[in-house]
Parts: sequence; structure tokens; C-alpha cells
Amino acid sequence: MSHLSLLAKTLPDLLGPALKSLSEDIGELTLEINAPDIVRVCRTLHDHENCKFDQLIDLCGMDYSTYGTEGGKAWKGSRYAVVYHLLSMDYNSRIRLRVQLDPSHPAVDSIIGIWPVSDWFEREAFDLYGIVFNNHPDLRRLLTDYGFIGHPFRKDFPLSGNVEMTYDEQHGRVVYRPVTVEERVLVPRTIRTDTFAGTRRNIPGDPPENGSGR
Amino acid sequence: MSEIRNYTMNFGPQHPAAHGVLRIIMEMDGEVIERCDPHIGLLHRGTEKLAETKPFNQSIGYMDRLDYVSMMCNEHAYVLAIEKLLGVTPPIRARYIRVMFDEITRILNHCLWLGAHALDIGAMSVFLYCFREREDLMDCYEAVSGARMHATYYRPGGVYRDLPEHMPRYEATERHTRRQNESRNRDRDGSLLDFIESFTERFPACVDEYETLLSDNRIWKQRTVDIGVVSPERARALGFTGPMLRGSGIAWDIRKKQPYEVYDELDFDIPIGTNGDCYDRYLCRIEEMRQSNRLIRQCVSWLKAHPGPVMVEDNKLIPPSREHMKGDMESLIHHFKLFTEGYCVPEGETYTCIEHPKGEFGIYLVSDGANKPYRVKIRAPGFAHLAALHEMSRGHMLADLVAIIGTQDIVFGEIDR
Repeated sequence: MSHLSLLAKTLPDLLGPALKSLSEDIGELTLEINAPDIVRVCRTLHDHENCKFDQLIDLCGMDYSTYGTEGGKAWKGSRYAVVYHLLSMDYNSRIRLRVQLDPSHPAVDSIIGIWPVSDWFEREAFDLYGIVFNNHPDLRRLLTDYGFIGHPFRKDFPLSGNVEMTYDEQHGRVVYRPVTVEERVLVPRTIRTDTFAGTRRNIPGDPPENGSGR
Repeated sequence: MSEIRNYTMNFGPQHPAAHGVLRIIMEMDGEVIERCDPHIGLLHRGTEKLAETKPFNQSIGYMDRLDYVSMMCNEHAYVLAIEKLLGVTPPIRARYIRVMFDEITRILNHCLWLGAHALDIGAMSVFLYCFREREDLMDCYEAVSGARMHATYYRPGGVYRDLPEHMPRYEATERHTRRQNESRNRDRDGSLLDFIESFTERFPACVDEYETLLSDNRIWKQRTVDIGVVSPERARALGFTGPMLRGSGIAWDIRKKQPYEVYDELDFDIPIGTNGDCYDRYLCRIEEMRQSNRLIRQCVSWLKAHPGPVMVEDNKLIPPSREHMKGDMESLIHHFKLFTEGYCVPEGETYTCIEHPKGEFGIYLVSDGANKPYRVKIRAPGFAHLAALHEMSRGHMLADLVAIIGTQDIVFGEIDR
């Protein structure tokens, strides 16, 4: 039995009510975790002898607010989420954790005590999505400019931004002003269900007919 | 007695040893680093957000510009992620071509790393030797894709076109003598594969040359041995991957452990270090160049013996040939749809990673069924490595910081994204 299917069997007992759901798709295991339990769950996955997820490969923020809006299936969960990708070198397997956050005040506990690498990943998610990581020792912006306003990867943040920089002759320095470029969409976003290439046309969990309001 | 206190120093953002635009705020006790805080993001272009607003194929070119010294490897991870969501497997010949170009890219990357790292520490000539070989490999890029760096050669479903039958030749110029012109066109009489094969024959001797300059060099050893030591436990906790992890003695390579494409059919070894210092990581990367050379040789001999298609034949994904479009209405429609709208990818999410020259390069791709990705998260290996700069450099001298930045193989295109 592969390690993933073993995990899929044992994790519900191991994690208890902290685990909201567990799904496996194209060979990848996804766990939905309750936000308040994330540190405890990560500690278990890191330490337990059947898991040994000793590396945090990736941590990223998500904004699901426009998911499936062009005729697809709408996102049923909360607007903001944090997605963790873990790797166990001993068992050679990977899992994905997802924590859905309160849309009015997205916050979750930091896991920096378990994997120190999460330091910059959490700063990045804070910078780009405005997700607050409680107990992070140094939660500053990472990628955007000093004094930047807003969280640029949120879906309601325009692609061209809100301000642009220009040199002001009068003041003799660089100033910010509202953007003058117009946003244009060359290829509109569309969702189709009948023209997929490849072999993964039937998605698990879909009703057999191509209904579901698409 | 005068008051003694720590000194705060600014390094960069434009500094020749910073490998791009890196700004570091350092707290110094004399010449010893107490704390260092890298400020990144000066090259942040929002690649992930841009990818959300474009059809899938239009972002392949952005991937080249992430880690701009290992272009095709970035494309590879992105293309693999799309293929996984679509459920498409490219033809075997395309998979061999991809592996061959991944390994060419690895040599390209390590040559630049070695040249720049040695230059930072003070060895000038290595840079010139390394760039001599890079030139030949860039020519391979150009022959196959038309571009010397940003190739955009991989596609979901295969590679853009088959390997060319003729290697481009230099034109004779008046500035060169006849003999110089001839020597510039040495090995360029046959196909691209012949050129690559002759490259692999002479490349091990080139690596020997780099090693003569550095491996037993007293100054090189003084600057790298016992600098930036990382224990295996810390390397795991700090999220190290690739040569940074193997330098600490952990035998982990995605090409071996979770093989993609045809790596499980090829024969190669994984070098690991013992001390986890800059010198061990240097030795690992040198050996990786030799192993890449071995892999390229195997790919060349396979590709010579096995002609075949390099793209899947699915016109929902791949544009039909020009010839078909002239006479076939359906092909014309497919072509029109692909270039005005792109293809839709079934709903789902995947994390797909490859062994990039710098470590584990992964793409977390979320699709809601549209013709554009819903979210692309790029997991760049250098990001985790640079985050550990403080821990690696604490207690070292200022000049050692340059060696540590060099050993991390920092490229800002992928860190800032």
C-alpha cells in the first residue's frame, strides 16, 4: 500500500475533529483543516512516526472570490485560504493542507515554530493577500515597495495597480499619482466543459451529465 | 573609554556581488555580521498575477523570465502542471528532448554560477572559461527555438518543434581570417544532435579545467571551507532543496526519488557532500555538471536512433498544421479557437515540481475550468535559501557574506517573481 493511501486511512483518526475533509485527486492528497487547530495538526504531521513531514515546501495565500464566476462551479468555502504543501523525505510523499479563513478578518496561527522556513512564506502571504499570521515575530511586507498600500494579489486589486510613480519637476522628487493606463483584456475569461483536451474530462465528484448550472 | 556599539550597514541594492538587486541591512560588530536582513522584491513583476489574466500558453514565456539562467527548467515545471491537470502525456521523443534540454540548462546554470561565484571571491579567469562553454549551449537553444535565452520551447503536449537537421553556421566575415572562420564552424557540419554530441565529448575536459583552477587552490579553499556550514537537520528545517540540501549530506533528488519524464530510464548518480559548507556545495555542483553531461550523452544516442512525433495529436490543445488548415474546415476552426481563446483546463489543483538546477522548483496550479489559470503559485528554490541567509552568515566576516550569497546561487528573477 502506498504511503498516501495509508495516510488517507489513518489521518482521520489521528487528527480527529481538526480534519474537516480529506480528498484525493490525480494522486494528490488534500486535507481541509480547521483554522484554530493548524499548529497542533502541523505538529502531529511533523512528529508522528507514520507521517514525518519534515519539510514545508510551500505556503501560499488564496483568494477564491471570483472562482468559477464565468459559468463554472462557484467556490463553496470561505473567500480566503492558506495552502500548505508538505514533503516527507522518509516516506517520499507529499500532502496539501488547506485552511479556510474568516473573510472579514483573515488570520491564522503561524507555524514558524515547526518549520522555520515558513517565515518568509508567511510574510509573502501577508503582503500579497493581507492574511495575518498570529505569533509571527516579524510580520512585515516582503515583495512590495516600502509604504505600499493594499494587497496586490487579491482578486479585487486591479492588474495595473492604483498608483504609478513619476518624477515631479516642481518638487524635484519622485511622487505617486493615480494610474493613467487603461486596463485591457485581450482574451476574455471563459469556462467551457465540452472542449477539454486530454483524458481528464470527467472530474471526480462531478455529476455524470454536464449540468450543475454551467 | 568610548562607547562601543554595533554598526548598521547597507549592502546593495546595486552591488556587483549581490547577483542582481538585493538589499541587505546588516548589523555589524566590527567586521563580524551579527544580523542580516535581506530586503527583496526589487524585481517583483507580479508574474503570478499576470498569469491569472492570460490563457495558459501565453504564460510559458513568463516562466523563462523567472530564473533567467535556467530558462527551460522553469517552463518544464509549468508545462508539466498543465499536462497533469489535462491528463496529457507527451510522446516519448518529446520527453527525451525535454530531459536533454533540462540537463543542458543545468550545465548552463552551473557554468554561470561557477563563473560568478569564483569572480565574487576573486578568481577572474574561471568566469571566462565558463562563458566559453555557455556560448555553445546558447547556440543549441538558438538552433532549436530561435532565441538564445528565453526559448519558450516546451508546450503542454510536447515541444514546439523537432530538433533541426542542420546546425546554424557562422558566416565568414572580413574581420576573421579563413582559419578563424573555419574553426568557428568546427562541429557545425551535421545536425544539432551531432553538435551536442561533440560538445559532450569535450565538456568533461572543460570541467577538469575549472577544477584545476579551483579545487586545490589555496585561496579558494580558504574562502569556502567551513564557511556557511548547514547541518542536515537545519537544512531540512530551513526548506533547502537541490545542491544546498545535498551539500549537507542528504541524498535527495527529485529526478531519482519521484522521477518525471524519462529519468527512471537513464543512468546517473547523485553527488552529496559531507560537511555542508560552501566548498562541499561547490564540489556537488561540479559533479552535477559531469552527471548532466552523462545524461545528455544517453539522450543524444536515444534520440538519434528513435525518430518520431514530438507533439500529441490533439487539436483541442495543439494548433493544426498550416497545410491542413488550407483544406480542412475543422482545422481552421481549431486554429481560430486556440488562438483567440486558448484551451480550457478541467477544474482541479496540482502541485508539480521538478529538480531545477537550484533545487525544487514547483508550480501550484489551480484551475476552475477556464481558459486561464485561477491561481499560479511559483515555488522558487532560491526563496527558501535566501530566507536562511541570516542563519548562514551570522558570526561570519563581511567578506564571507559574498561567498555565502554565491554558494546559494541566487537569481532574483525567481525569488521576486
